[in-house]
Amino acid sequence: MQQLTDLVARARADADGIGGGATSRVIPIQPALPLTASEGEVARILQICNACRYCEGFCAVFPAMTRRLEFGKADTHYLANLCHNCGACLHACQYAPPHEFAVNVPQAMAQVRMQTYHDYAWPPAMGALYQRAGLTVALALAGGLALFLVLAVAMSGSLLHEPLAGNFYAIFPHNFLALVFGAVFLFVMFALAMGVRRFWREVSPSRDNVPAEVTGVRNAASAEAAQDALRLKYLGGGHGEGCNNEDDRFTLWRRRFHHFTFYGFMLCFASTCVATLYHYLFSLHAPYALTSLPVLLGTAGGIGLVVGPVGLLCLNLRRDLAHGDVAQRPMDRGFIALLLLTSITGLALLAWRDTPFMALLLAVHLGVVMALFLTLPYGKFAHGIFRSAALLKFAIEKRLPNRLQLGAD
Amino acid sequence: MIDVLVVGGGNAALCAALMAREAGASVLLLEASPKAWRGGNSQHTRNLRCMHDAPQDVLIEAYPEEEYWQDLLKVTGGLTDEHLARLVIRASSNCRDWMRSHGVHFQPPLSGALHVARTNAFFMGGGKALVNAYFRSAERLGVQIRYDTPVASVELDGDRFVAARTEAGERIEAKSCVLAAGGFESNREWLREAWGQNERGEWPADNFLIRGTRFNQGVLLKHMIAAGADSIGDPSQGHMVAIDARAPLYDGGICTRIDCVSLGVVVNREAKRFYDEGEDFWLKRYAIWGRLVAQQPGQIAWSVIDQKAVGRFMPPVFPGTQANTLGELARKIGLDEATFVRTVEDYNAACHVGRFDHTALDDCHTEGLAPAKTHWARPIDTAPFYAYPVRPGITFTYLGLKVDETAAVRFGGRASPNLFVAGEMMAGNVLGKGYTAGVGMSIGTAFGRIAGTQAANAAKNLSKKSPETALAAAH
Repeated sequence: MQQLTDLVARARADADGIGGGATSRVIPIQPALPLTASEGEVARILQICNACRYCEGFCAVFPAMTRRLEFGKADTHYLANLCHNCGACLHACQYAPPHEFAVNVPQAMAQVRMQTYHDYAWPPAMGALYQRAGLTVALALAGGLALFLVLAVAMSGSLLHEPLAGNFYAIFPHNFLALVFGAVFLFVMFALAMGVRRFWREVSPSRDNVPAEVTGVRNAASAEAAQDALRLKYLGGGHGEGCNNEDDRFTLWRRRFHHFTFYGFMLCFASTCVATLYHYLFSLHAPYALTSLPVLLGTAGGIGLVVGPVGLLCLNLRRDLAHGDVAQRPMDRGFIALLLLTSITGLALLAWRDTPFMALLLAVHLGVVMALFLTLPYGKFAHGIFRSAALLKFAIEKRLPNRLQLGAD
Repeated sequence: MIDVLVVGGGNAALCAALMAREAGASVLLLEASPKAWRGGNSQHTRNLRCMHDAPQDVLIEAYPEEEYWQDLLKVTGGLTDEHLARLVIRASSNCRDWMRSHGVHFQPPLSGALHVARTNAFFMGGGKALVNAYFRSAERLGVQIRYDTPVASVELDGDRFVAARTEAGERIEAKSCVLAAGGFESNREWLREAWGQNERGEWPADNFLIRGTRFNQGVLLKHMIAAGADSIGDPSQGHMVAIDARAPLYDGGICTRIDCVSLGVVVNREAKRFYDEGEDFWLKRYAIWGRLVAQQPGQIAWSVIDQKAVGRFMPPVFPGTQANTLGELARKIGLDEATFVRTVEDYNAACHVGRFDHTALDDCHTEGLAPAKTHWARPIDTAPFYAYPVRPGITFTYLGLKVDETAAVRFGGRASPNLFVAGEMMAGNVLGKGYTAGVGMSIGTAFGRIAGTQAANAAKNLSKKSPETALAAAH
């Protein structure tokens, strides 16, 4: 009986939070989840930046920072994805190494960014692929190539053949391609959507603000975020002269080459969509003439997707080692390489589609495209999705009242 | 032989080098620091105080010459030279296009610094971005730059510059020279000597922190004064603010400041208050607190606030010591608990709280307390409590070489024909004491440009220019 009384008394004391200290059996509820090492580094650095603020004009990260006094997990995830890794704040930083504060915002942000890609990946187990991004790309490429080369042989008996006047469907039936790539495409969209949905839930402006206020600004914010993403506003350096690459000089070429890449990619995608419409809606079947809309879009896109990735690769090779996270270069370069292979094999296929090599080129191209698609949710491509979400949050947040009253005098 | 030798690598030196190069001179710039630390104290600056008669890009409203001059007169307590001050003020109104042409960008005032939106133009990315832009421009224009090259002395022929001698012993001749190597605030021995020993037997300067570069040793300043150059200013005068005691010894820069003084109380090592924390807006008072803390035992104090102040001041770089009771706070920061609690309780009891308004000189004040707190006095009674340790942080010194409007170094009242000085090494001519934000960069830019133009002219062996011509050339 005495035992029970003691237990009740202890339970009551624990519940009231008295008699705590070392004897307490209640596990204290942490106000927030503990930060990982890279999140902690972002929080440490932003504490310094928030007391300085010289870089406010460069990009969105610093104005977003000034709305906060502390940087929890969700804040670091949001700000890391808002950072475009332009490098301007590193070269302008009075606290950058060799200063003992060792402030390197782009690097700390890049490390957290990578962690968010990993943590928010869907299905979660696939997040591990980010840690071996180079290997992932290589395996996807090998798998894609092997698959379509074997299929080509299996379906048409040989990789070389009499010229077929560019009739791809003589090798792979249209419905087969539509089914395979349609399924992969839907999976990719779904996986990316699930990832960004989890990210958005964590950083959602509605968590810290009145939901009605958020709803009120959503349309204007969405328009601005879309514009900032499509124009790559934050690779402009805040002054329009561009971002940094190999040193403290500014260059607009990173933005330009990224535009070539992105819009090239979109043109190729548009070409595929138009061709699909032609096929099913108008019963206009490939091969299409060189002057047809799908071929024109695809050619323009393919050229953009050669120029852009080659330029980005050259810049990446000359990039200051202090920018971003060097450990992520295999991911960056793997993605660039896949984009470049996609465009080169696509253009080669167009050039030699009337020759005996069409089947070989087609199989290689499809293999590369398959590898690209499969790795979209588990590679560098994810940056565009997460960054767009972060830009949307920024555009919403800046329209809401700031609850801090710092230095009003 | 090189035409113009520029000694230094901060804002004034770079302005001089660029102007001299633009005037057609061959220029060699010697920076004492390695490349990573280049730019002297300029790398920590953030804005330029600018005269303007109408809104201009990032500057709102107007800041006319007369108002600027009156502000300068007030902060220096008359320790200024009206002729040179007005020359700086006028130059500040039209130098920004030239700065832009060398790659400097301006940005709207930083959040938390809106009070200077009218008077100060902020550099995008701060002073290091400005220094980077000037170095890039200098390289592009063909200015030769050498890092890790501190200059120990100059060789004179009477009042004429002949050559500079580096600390490594190299002798570098030039037709003319601009000295822009900063003050002596990083020279701890010299600070010790200038500040002396106090009545407690302490050497207060031993506890000063240096907010800027470690390379401003004042070697050349000392050398020039010893060589007979006319000097101006008091070696114990300098811009000094109270900064976080945990700041690094050098280069703590802007982020180490503590901005919550007016929201709470400040106690010394004996746990006693020593000055009216709410005398005026913090912006107008921050510059006196370095000196106030320097006068306290051990040159240390603690700014103490409670929960009510959190979120009302610029976030400090180091977290405050936090406690749930005043006694616990005293124990944590190592002050006598009984005295500390009594000090705060006496203050709390004396608070006459009216309508608290941090944006105005409000009516919250103490009654019957010495020293009084005349504004923003609210009891420190809401846990958690926070304490931030503060020490004097020296930004720059005012002892310099005397100049006239040509920026020429003077020997017994006679101007040197080919040796000029700019920046902190002569800022004391305009700013004998006190400080107002952004004026150091105004002086450095104005006199750096004048010195560069004059040095290029001297190198060309042109006849000595009148100041108006020099200014016209500078624009």
